[in-house]
Formats: sequence, C-alpha cells, structure tokens
Amino acid sequence: MFEIIIGVFEQGLIYGIMALGVYISYKILNFPDLTVDGSFPLGAAVTAVLLTAGVNPWLALVFSFLAGILAGLMTGIIHVKFKVTDLLSGILLMTALYSVNYRIAGKKANIPIFDSNTIFNSGVAKLFPPVLSGFIVLIIVFMVALLMKFILDWYLNTKSGFLLRATGDNKQFVTSLAKDYGTVKIIGLAISNAFVALAGSVVCQQQKLFDISMGTGTIVMGLAAVIIGLNVFKPMKFLKATTMVIGGSIIYKACIAMAFEVGFDNADIRLITAVLFLIALIANGKVLKTREE
Amino acid sequence: MLTLNQIHKTYNQGSINETTLFTGFNLTVAEGQFISIVGSNGSGKSSMLNIICGSIAIDSGNILLRNKDITNIKEHQRSEFIGRVFQDPAKGTCPSMTILENMSLADNKGKVFGLLAGVNKKRTDYYKSQLEQLKLGLEDKINVPVGALSGGQRQALALLTSTMTPIDLLILDEHTAALDPKTSENIMELTDHIVKSKGITTLMVTHNLRFAVNYGDRILMMHEGNAVIDATAGEKQKIGISKLLEVFNEISIECGN
Repeated sequence: MFEIIIGVFEQGLIYGIMALGVYISYKILNFPDLTVDGSFPLGAAVTAVLLTAGVNPWLALVFSFLAGILAGLMTGIIHVKFKVTDLLSGILLMTALYSVNYRIAGKKANIPIFDSNTIFNSGVAKLFPPVLSGFIVLIIVFMVALLMKFILDWYLNTKSGFLLRATGDNKQFVTSLAKDYGTVKIIGLAISNAFVALAGSVVCQQQKLFDISMGTGTIVMGLAAVIIGLNVFKPMKFLKATTMVIGGSIIYKACIAMAFEVGFDNADIRLITAVLFLIALIANGKVLKTREE
Repeated sequence: MLTLNQIHKTYNQGSINETTLFTGFNLTVAEGQFISIVGSNGSGKSSMLNIICGSIAIDSGNILLRNKDITNIKEHQRSEFIGRVFQDPAKGTCPSMTILENMSLADNKGKVFGLLAGVNKKRTDYYKSQLEQLKLGLEDKINVPVGALSGGQRQALALLTSTMTPIDLLILDEHTAALDPKTSENIMELTDHIVKSKGITTLMVTHNLRFAVNYGDRILMMHEGNAVIDATAGEKQKIGISKLLEVFNEISIECGN
C-alpha cells in the first residue's frame, strides 16, 4: 500500500510537469494543443540518445526542454503564420514528430538505458543516505516539479508573462498594446511544449526506457490533470493555479492506481483515462471548444 | 494632423454581395480637434475608424498621421500612437487579470515586454491617483480581477488605460452605446475631461445625437460613405439636435427605413 502511494506521488509529480505545459496552452492560451503527444516522447528520445552517449543527465533535461521549444515553435508558426486551425496544427506536429522521434532514436522503436547514468542514480542522487534510498525518485521528482512550478509562476508574473495571459484573455487588448498577439501565441506554445518535453525526459530517465508510443494519450492525461486540479482545488483560493494543476495530476494518478487495485489491468487503462477525462469535463460543465482561429 | 486621402473601399469585391462604401473619401483632422461622428448603420463611420486603426485594409488611397504615411503599417503597430476604446467594454481590458495588472500592461505600451516583474510596485500610487479621478472607488480594488467589474467601470478603466501612454490620436467607437443612460453620461463626461486635459486629437462615433452636439468641436454626419454634414464648433450649436435629426430622418427615409 505504502509503495503504491509513493508511486502515485512520483508519477503524479512527473506528469504534473507535463500538465503545467498543457495548462499554458489549454488554460492560458485557450489552445487545445495536440503537439504534446509528440513533444513528450520527443523529450524522451533526445534523453535516451544523450544518456546512451554518456551525457550528463541534468544536461539531457535541458536539451529536452530546448527540443520541446522547437516543437512548440513549429506548431505556433503553422497556426499563426499559415492560419491552420489550432487542433489541426497540433495534429500535424504530432504526426510529424512520430517520424522525427523515430529518426532521433536511430530508427529503433525503443531504447533501453538501463546502464546509463540518470538523475535518479548519479550525481546528487548518490548523496542521499541509505535510509532514504526508497525515496530518491520521489524527492528528486518533487524538487524538479517544484522548480518548474516556480519558474512558471515567476514567468507568468513578468511583463512577457502578462502579455501571454492577456493573449488568452483578450487578443484585441494585446493589439492595443502595440504587440502582435500571434507572436505571443507562438512563444506560449514553445514554453508549453518545453515543459512537456522536459517531463518526457524525466519519465524516460525514471523508466530507463524510451518507447516510440509512450506519447499516445499525453494530451488527454494533461487535460484531465488540469481540469481535475483546477476544479477540485477551486475552493482553496490561496493555492496558485500551477499548484492546483500538479495536485490534479496526482489525483489523476491516484484514480488510475485505484483502478488497478480493483482489478483493471493495462488493457483497460486508456478506457479508464477516457472515462476519467469525461467525468472531469462534465463536472467542469465545459466541453473543449474549437476556436475559430 | 490626420489626413485620409482618396480612400476607396469595396467590400466583398467580385461577389454578389459587393458593396462599394468609399469612393475617393477625404478627411482632414486638425491637431487637437475633438470630432463627433454620427450616421445610420452602414454609413461608413465604423469602417472609417477601422481604416484609420488598420483593422480593415483599403483598396486605394493613403492615410497620413503627423505627416507620416501609415497606410501600410499593421494594426498593432499603429496602436503605439493610436488609442482606441470599443463599444464592448470587454474588449478594452483583460477580465482574468487585476486592475493593477491591466494598468501595468497599458503603462508598458511601446516598451519591451521582457522578463522584468510585470507590476512595477513603485507605480502603484500613480495608478491609484489615476483611478481616483474616475470617482468610482476603483483605487480600493486594484487587486480585483477586471472581470468582476461592471460594464461602466470597465469602460472607465479602458478609457484610462488607452490614454495612459502618450498617443497622437484617440478613437472612440460608440464607447457609451452598451451602457445604461446614467453610466453613459458619466463616461461621456469623463471622456471629455480626459480629452481636454490631455489635448488629444479625438474621433468619436456615437448614436447619441445629444452627445454629438454637446461634446467635441466638430461634427460629421456620414451617409453612404460621404460626410453629408461637416460643421465646426460655432456652426454646430446653431445646427442643433433638431436640425441634425431632420437630416438624419431624410437620409433614413431615402434609404427606405
């Protein structure tokens, strides 16, 4: 039981980083961005290749983050400059990234990295006393998630972050500020996918495996975490939205763990995810709206 | 200071719905002038504002502002020297952001939106003093999201934010039309106060003929893409509302309304 709880928090926090990315695109920019199904494994692919080559695992996080920025930039440019709808731009990138990830992984469907150094078994991880050995993953994941949350909180309170929030809120106002809201959207999508790719890198390091299909369903998971988190914690006004989103991710993972406990297995997981997401949507009273642009 | 030169504009060119609005429309606005623009729906007054702001493109002609040709400058770039308040109070502010955050954004117009703190705490007192002028008690609500304010409060805030940085031209697009009579009266007085105290050249479209006569120093009545009445301060009072209504009715009857 105890192990399950630890597992839920580990998974919840890792995917919470991904959910922060989805929070930026879906909640702030009002952009249901399917790119994440491709940028999540993109981060993992980059990480697997770098770790195999012996690159510092923390540096792999940084490179995954940068790879995610590129993916988001592409989606943003296709949407803003070529006026492709939001959903289609995401689908385009998601599809294209599948091949890109395959190529990055050297045309292999999966790369095990059992022998490589990761953030969980090298560097700072070695400094933990033996008593804490069962908590290393949890502690490191917690630190990374917290750091990403604080970075996002900080960014959203800068002038650039204000502009991002304004873009999702009222595009005309951004125009009135003598700024091109299209550019702001592109920047927002880049940051969003950077968070997602970084989460992909952490998952890859924790599972010691890259798998070409590991990204499928990422967007649904992310949206579920965002919607669950923002609704469940709504009464707690002192919490920041970013905290709520990570909380939502943990709740989501707890639901999945409970489903396993009552006898469902891997075959049912997608169905359970879909049902959970549906419940969250209905509870929220909102259905994903496709935007005119 | 503002010149519209030989403006041509046809909507839906080449389709059955083709409508020609402007054929060689000209307008010259002097520095510091406050112009009220009236006219029926489809007369071209809103199109004119949209053309000046760059929200819609023109077929030919050019637009000069302070001797600079702005015809090919994009809408968001023109915003740097043109302020605009819309009919819809929701368009001028960000609902999910607080009053303080909205004002900070507006205050930064024309500067870099980088990684410095979004709210400059040192400016808070200045923002409060600006809000006090509105006499709506908003200075005590600076941390309240704008979405929680009434339409009138939001429109007052929009007026304030759109004139916060120095602008050459203020565009008021039926900015009192969505408000109740009392509130629209207050917003109109506030507008007059801001425009006069800052001496901003202003174009105001309104359906309220009384506002059009009482405020501003020049009046334009638009009809089918032409200015059928163009009167300056002295003439304006002489014309009066009744005469304006008369012309207005004539035009409307012509159109078969």
